[in-house]
Parts: sequence; C-alpha cells; structure tokens
Amino acid sequence: MTQTPHISVQHLNVHIADQHILKDINIHIPDKSVISIIGPSGCGKTTLLKSFNRLLDNTPDIKITGNVLVDKENIYAPDAEVTHIRKKMGLLSQRPYPLPMSIYDNVAYGPRIHGIRKKAELDELVETQLKATGLWNEVKDRLNASATRLSIGQQQRLCLARGLAVGPEIILGDESTSALDPVSTAIIEDLFISLKEKYTIVLVTHILRQARRVSDYIIFVYMGKIIEFGPTEEVLLNPKEELTKEYVKGYIS
Amino acid sequence: MNIRLLKDKLLSKLMLVLTLASVSLLLVIGIGLYYKSIPILQKLSWGTLLTTSVWKPLKGLFGFFPFIMGTLWVTGIAIIIALPLCLLTALYIVEYAPARIKRILTPFVNLLSGIPPVIFGVWGVLFIIPLIQDHIAPHFVEFSTGYSVLAGGIVLAVMIFPLIVSIISEVLRTIPQELKDASLSLGATKWETIKKVVLRKALPGIVAATVLAISRAFGETIAVLMVCGNNAAVPHSVFDPGYPLPALIANNYGEMLSIPMYDSALMFAALLLFIIILLFNIISRVILARLERKLAA
Repeated sequence: MTQTPHISVQHLNVHIADQHILKDINIHIPDKSVISIIGPSGCGKTTLLKSFNRLLDNTPDIKITGNVLVDKENIYAPDAEVTHIRKKMGLLSQRPYPLPMSIYDNVAYGPRIHGIRKKAELDELVETQLKATGLWNEVKDRLNASATRLSIGQQQRLCLARGLAVGPEIILGDESTSALDPVSTAIIEDLFISLKEKYTIVLVTHILRQARRVSDYIIFVYMGKIIEFGPTEEVLLNPKEELTKEYVKGYIS
Repeated sequence: MNIRLLKDKLLSKLMLVLTLASVSLLLVIGIGLYYKSIPILQKLSWGTLLTTSVWKPLKGLFGFFPFIMGTLWVTGIAIIIALPLCLLTALYIVEYAPARIKRILTPFVNLLSGIPPVIFGVWGVLFIIPLIQDHIAPHFVEFSTGYSVLAGGIVLAVMIFPLIVSIISEVLRTIPQELKDASLSLGATKWETIKKVVLRKALPGIVAATVLAISRAFGETIAVLMVCGNNAAVPHSVFDPGYPLPALIANNYGEMLSIPMYDSALMFAALLLFIIILLFNIISRVILARLERKLAA
C-alpha cells in the first residue's frame, strides 16, 4: 500500500462477557479509498467497524485492549476525547435512523452541537450536504417536514448528509444498503464511489458483488481474525488464503 | 371443522361481552353516583355546590370549592415533586446505571409500589409532618402544624414514584440504540443525546405516564387524609391544611348520615371526583393524540 494509513489498528482485542470477539487485529487502512469488510455473520465485522469510532464503549461487559490510531492519535488512549473522535467519522447504520425532528434539523443537528448558531451558515451547510447526497431537489420545498415522512432510501441519504455535515474525514457504513430497494442501493453505492475523493470510506457488507463494485480494498474477517487484506480484485478473484477462497466461492457463510 | 369454527366464533363473542360488561361498569358507576346525588342537586344548583366555600351540613350549606381545591393542590404538589425525580431516576436506571446496579435498583423501585398506603401515611405523620413543622415551614410562615397540602403532596409523590419510574423506564427502553448511536456518532455527548433525541422521542410516553400517575393521585385516600389536616377551607399556601375529596368521603361516609342531605352530599363528592378524573383523562388523551400527530408530521 502506497498511501499513508488513515486508521491503524494495533493488537486490538475485544472481549464481550467471556467471548473473544476480535482477536489480535492489526491493519492499516489507507487514506481516501473505499475499504470493504466482508465475512460470515457473527464474525466480528460490525464490532471491528464500531471500534473505529468507539461506539463499543456503551456495550455492557466489554473489554477492549490494543490501539486504534486515527491520524496517528490513539483513540483508546486514556486521555482521548471521544466526541472529537466521533466527529471525525460519519456512521451510516443498517437501517436509516432519522432523528425525531425535521429534515433541516437532522442535517443541522451535528453542526449546532459543535457550536454553529448563525442561521445563514446553517442554511448553507444544509443545502450543501443535501446536494452532495442528491436529496436537495427532492426535499427543498419541505425542509421543515418530519424526516420520518421520507422514503427509506431518502432517509438513508438524509442520514449520510447528516453525517457529512459535521465535516468528517471518514465514513463508516454498517451494511448501509441492506434495508434499501435496488434503486436506492445503487444511488448510495454511487455516492460512496464519488465521496472517496474526499473521504476514507469503510464499509461492512455481506454482498460480495457490492464489495466488488464499490471498494478498492477488501478485508476478510473470519471468527474474529483478519484472514486476508488486499486490493479488491486480488482478494475476490485470486485469494491467497484457503479460507478466503472457500468464502468467496460460497462454501462458508 | 364446523365445531372448531363455531367454537372460535363463540369465544370471540364471549370475550366481546365480557369486555363490554367491564367497560359498562364505568357507565353504571357514573349513573349510580348521579342518581344518589339527585336530592342535593334538587335543592342546590351545580354552580352553588361547586363555587361556594361554606361547609356547614347542619345548616344545609354544602360548598365543595375547598375540597376541589384541596384535591388539586395535593395532586399538583405531588406531580411537581415526583415528575423531575422520576424522570432523572428512570434516565439513570436505563441510560447510565451499570448492569449490576440496574438489576438491584429495578426491583427496589417496584417494591415501593407494594407498600400499603397506610404505612406511607404513618411515615408521613412520623417523619414528614415534624420535618415541615420544625424545619421547612418556619423559614416561610409564622406557624404551621405540619399537617398541610405540602405534606399530602410529598407523601403522594413518594407513592406515585414507582408507577411513573416504571412506565418512563419502559418507554426509554423502547428507544433503539441505533438512534442514540446516530446522535453519538455525530459527536454529541451522552447528555446532549438524551436531551435532544431520547427525551423528544419519549415525550408522548412521558406525558402518558404523568396522566396515569395524576389519575391515581386524584383518588389516593388514606395516606393523604392522615397528613393533610382535613380542614374544609381553601388552601392559600403549601403550608395550609387541605381537605381532598376522597378524604371527605372516607372520613364521613357511614357517620352522621342522620343529617339531612349529608348522604347525598357525600355521593355528590364521589360524583365530582369521578367527573374530574374522567375530564382529566379525556383532555389528556386529546393532548396526547395532538402531540403524537405533531411528532409524526
């Protein structure tokens, strides 16, 4: 990998209760590209993703050891400030979860929390991000309507706009298209591809075709360990590891 | 086959009849109370009964205004004290408490609702009354016996506490973690998330819990009558005694019924309580429906 790593994971171990979910994870995630994490259900994909913005902190009985460096700053250091870390990353979950407020307020929520109060500034931010996610023309006449009135696909794009509005560097997607129809899925996938010019994008997906369509690199996780990491075509078409080969061919799932 | 279908139909009809029977009980009670109140209503108008403050049964003067105000004061104080405490307790239990503390706290809160009202009354007399008389009232008024609407409100607040906490906790538990994660992942702190997302989403449930608690508080009798002084005058401060409607009925029904109209007057008190609770429930349902529609729109 030629680029400088954006996220570096060093000896990351995650235990929940007495289960060892992630086992000695070491990986360097390159800057400004799309990386897909693939693997069978329950292998630890989502846990790995959530370890990047410390959303695991709220899980009961959890023990996390090791380091995750974002821009060379260890986010698990005792003095790390968690809201500042999370602000660097937008999260797009499996199903859209619009906040219980208007379309406008959903996008303005993050900026307001981080101290932007001026109406003109907020207006501009909202418009920019809604345009970036292709939602502007669909909602510009009803910005004050409740976000739950939108279709599921529109809601997911709204959630993406909401995440982009705090000016993150990284976008984390946790099977972000699994609840969407094919058309909305295609829109979101295209957005990911166009957004990688500005952002580092890490996706969890169980759809291999999607991983192939959108990602530059693939991480294959199995039973809490990283089995293989490399450029998309290499991992999918010419895997080095036997386990990857079996998964890609559909023998293990 | 036919017998099975018949059974199915019969059962559903039976359930309908049983449901209607229990619902119509409400109507029967209402009509019964009205019927029993007719003698006093023939002699005195609704307006006189509701707005005058003189209570002299021997002279045939029945003014219910002090009792209505007593009920409203005690209930109002109870809710003002209980609601913030309950909200913060429920938030702590659901959002902040570690799993182990959660497991200990929840049954304790529920246990509180199992304590008989009369014990709360005794606790009020032994603990709250002296507290108000010696330590709270002297800062504000010249003299108070401690038997006051404030004492009634405090005892009542403790009694409705477990009900509100358990309903609000249930409501808070229904809010998906992913919604909270969405707010947290934007860099909001936990408190910001609770204030702007969790409470907003839970608002209709919190209102519903409050309504249920107020309905219960209106009717609570024994513990309140033990501490609130039972003086038939309109309270003007929290340190004045009050005389809520349920206490009036419980204290007097079955005694002095030889006084003309007294029986009917007490039945009218019951009818009033019934109407207050009914009206309150109808109004709050309308508010709740509007609120839900506003949040959905």
